[in-house]
Amino acid sequence: MDLLQMKNISKYYDENKVLNDVTLTIKEGEIHGLVGENGAGKSTLMNILFGMPVIQSTGGYEGEILINGEPFTPTDPKDAMDVGIGMVHQEFMLIPGFTITENIKINREITKPTVISKVFGKTLEKLDYEAMAKDAKIALKKLDMSIDEYLPVAGLPVGYMQFIEIAREIDKTHLKLLILDEPTAVLTETEAAKFLEIINRLADSGISILFISHRLEEIKKISDTITILRDGELVKTVSADEIDIPEIARLMVGRKIELTQMAEDNRIKKDEILLEIKNLRVNMPGEIVNGVDVTVKKGEILGIGGLAGQGKIGIANGIMGLYETSGTIIKDGKELPLNNPREALKSSIAFLSEDRRGVGLLLDHSIEFNIVFSSLEIQERFLKKVGPLKLIDNEEVRNHVLKMIEDLDIRCTGPRQHTRHLSGGNQQKVCIARALTLEPDLLLVSEPTRGIDIGAKKLVLDTLVRLNRELGVTIIITSSELGELRQISDRIAIIYGGKLAGILKPDASDETFGLLMAGESIEKVVD
Amino acid sequence: MKEFIKKVGFPRFIITVFLIALIILAVYLDIPLSGLLSDILVRFGMNAILVLAMIPGIQSGIGLNFNLPLGIIFGLIGALISIEFQLSGFLGLFVSILIAVPLAAIAGYFYGKMLNRIKGEEMTVGNYIGYSVVSVMCIFWLVAPFSSPELIWAYGGNGLRVTVSLESSMAHVLNDFLAFNIGNITIPTGLLLCFALFAFIVWIYGRSNKGLSMIVAGSNPNFAMSNGIDVDKQRIKGTVISTVLAAIGIIIYSQAFGFLQLYNAPLYSAMPAAAAILIGGATLKKANIVHVVVGTLLFQSLLVVALPVVNVIAEGSMSEVIRTIVSNGIILYALTRKEGETA
Repeated sequence: MDLLQMKNISKYYDENKVLNDVTLTIKEGEIHGLVGENGAGKSTLMNILFGMPVIQSTGGYEGEILINGEPFTPTDPKDAMDVGIGMVHQEFMLIPGFTITENIKINREITKPTVISKVFGKTLEKLDYEAMAKDAKIALKKLDMSIDEYLPVAGLPVGYMQFIEIAREIDKTHLKLLILDEPTAVLTETEAAKFLEIINRLADSGISILFISHRLEEIKKISDTITILRDGELVKTVSADEIDIPEIARLMVGRKIELTQMAEDNRIKKDEILLEIKNLRVNMPGEIVNGVDVTVKKGEILGIGGLAGQGKIGIANGIMGLYETSGTIIKDGKELPLNNPREALKSSIAFLSEDRRGVGLLLDHSIEFNIVFSSLEIQERFLKKVGPLKLIDNEEVRNHVLKMIEDLDIRCTGPRQHTRHLSGGNQQKVCIARALTLEPDLLLVSEPTRGIDIGAKKLVLDTLVRLNRELGVTIIITSSELGELRQISDRIAIIYGGKLAGILKPDASDETFGLLMAGESIEKVVD
Repeated sequence: MKEFIKKVGFPRFIITVFLIALIILAVYLDIPLSGLLSDILVRFGMNAILVLAMIPGIQSGIGLNFNLPLGIIFGLIGALISIEFQLSGFLGLFVSILIAVPLAAIAGYFYGKMLNRIKGEEMTVGNYIGYSVVSVMCIFWLVAPFSSPELIWAYGGNGLRVTVSLESSMAHVLNDFLAFNIGNITIPTGLLLCFALFAFIVWIYGRSNKGLSMIVAGSNPNFAMSNGIDVDKQRIKGTVISTVLAAIGIIIYSQAFGFLQLYNAPLYSAMPAAAAILIGGATLKKANIVHVVVGTLLFQSLLVVALPVVNVIAEGSMSEVIRTIVSNGIILYALTRKEGETA
């Protein structure tokens, strides 16, 4: 019997199709694994099922959801809870100051009447702590937890918090489907092992489990059925017995490159080292880098890949000094001062931030000002001296910007247009123009195609390649999209757990990439 | 029509319509327009520099500087000292400014340092700091060691008067400088030139590399940081310039008004200045000289015209009521706008 059927689900965010005709079926009491790269559409699919407000506010979804054969249209997380869907989020949704019991019973408190409540209604009833604690204890017991249910959540180890979240869900008496979004990411190995055991037991008791994880081994071990998503499309739904881990990895990464006509590669390969990074540690929240050593050759394009949260984004931000950094960075034989963006820029390094609208652009200023500002600030170009002051030279700015707009084909109403009103692709081109104006010999590019439609993606990538080939700019490109890294990079470094997992050639097999990104060691993968 | 309103901005449209209605009413009530126009020019010149002081604050990212009283206090101290030494005319004015500017700069520096610790709450905290500073200075005015009979209470003893007349020192020196008449309208040339000078300084600074760094730090701190700008330093810079302009602004204001107002008076300076620049079309993130000119002109005209008109048709001090409604209303309206949107 099918508990849940999601049929032909499609979803657009603005112009971008993030889910295309995805169908997912979960049987009663089964453990269903869901895998895919970042951006494959897993979270969107879950948000649709759970009725998250973000779905409605961006225009809803297409397709049909059936629960026990009945049509179901969630518009609010409460709808999902009412039909027995529970979700344990990646980020903990617990109130630190409350006790374990209170957290488990939140919004479903057991109450007993008092004099006041008899007059003023049910909302003023007293909490029945004893009954609540009893329920909490039962739920915790199911998870093999023998912790005092009166302890506050704050200060508990993360592993415990994960279990409390699950206890909260299984305490709901009519829970039928439990969604676990990367539950083991924060657990230690032993905790994870115990966790999986409990999940198995829950499934045996008749609760269906939808298990999202990047750890392919886990997925393979625990799931009955595995669904693989890639680029918002369903690749395959297969019984776990019929597929092995390398095959999952291959399907997940997939070869999705329309090999475009790239500029001719007539570079003379030199082995001269441009940048040497030793033991780089960057304290960037969510993207911590934990000791990376890598060297970058002059004139190459080095790709940095890996899953979200593993630290790949932190590397470029660390080199630029935007987050607290330690280690050694040597550029052109000279040590680069750390934590100092100005010095990094002066050392001829330019940076395109992954947070284009937040860090990369002045949204309420003109295109021309955006393009010239870095150079004006750092190199004091585009200035004319008037008495003791250096004033912005509008004529020089205009000439330069008009040329940039033409060269990069920035679609705009003119150089005075504010960047807020440009499309994502054109905004990115403005950022590129700003970096180019600095005339750097090393360009750090983070997530250059995030939030950009497919046509513009190609243009941005082509531009980067052209810079590399024609102007000899060395490029370090960080991207969640392995496809684009493999398309333009000479070498690809995969980051896992804040460390360098290995460096691969772009033509290495899908399987190798998938395994390395999932945390297998390079020795094991290459053999 | 809708397009037009959108282009001009809703508040500016309403206020202009209201202003025109008042002027028509004034003509109908036989109130001489020439007197009103002269008044508008003077009040524009008096207030414009205080409004100008809002610009560096907004540009550097601290928002509306509700702590104008801080600068104003030092402007008053400068003026008081120059009177104590019996300086008058332009000499008195220049010495006042010369004393006030370094004091205001130092105060602004420390205030800026403080603002860097409470990012995001600058406007609220600024308001309260303004109140506190004024209160502390109330004590200072009482114990300050001034002895000129112009300054202390008529019956002698300690403490400064609530309002100090500038009649014998620097009253109207700028207003009368090169002043001339067109018909019955007096043009306060010196006053307007003085505003033009400071406006030009603020404008040219905003086009220099130093000023641009400050503007960038204010409009997107993350962008500024990734371009190697020390955002905190830029914010301090903006605060210092704003405080200094407030100090100069009150001296210019007082010489036109003819009195120095001490004790609680500085409290009521920030709101109208903030309201004026917002009426002019500034946002909490962006402001320029045009906003200052348009806003001050509209706001002050409204007050000048409303006073005689309302006094004829209604009892009591309706003008003050209108001022309060308009200034608080526009500030409230501006704060409800999304970031970057024009009030």
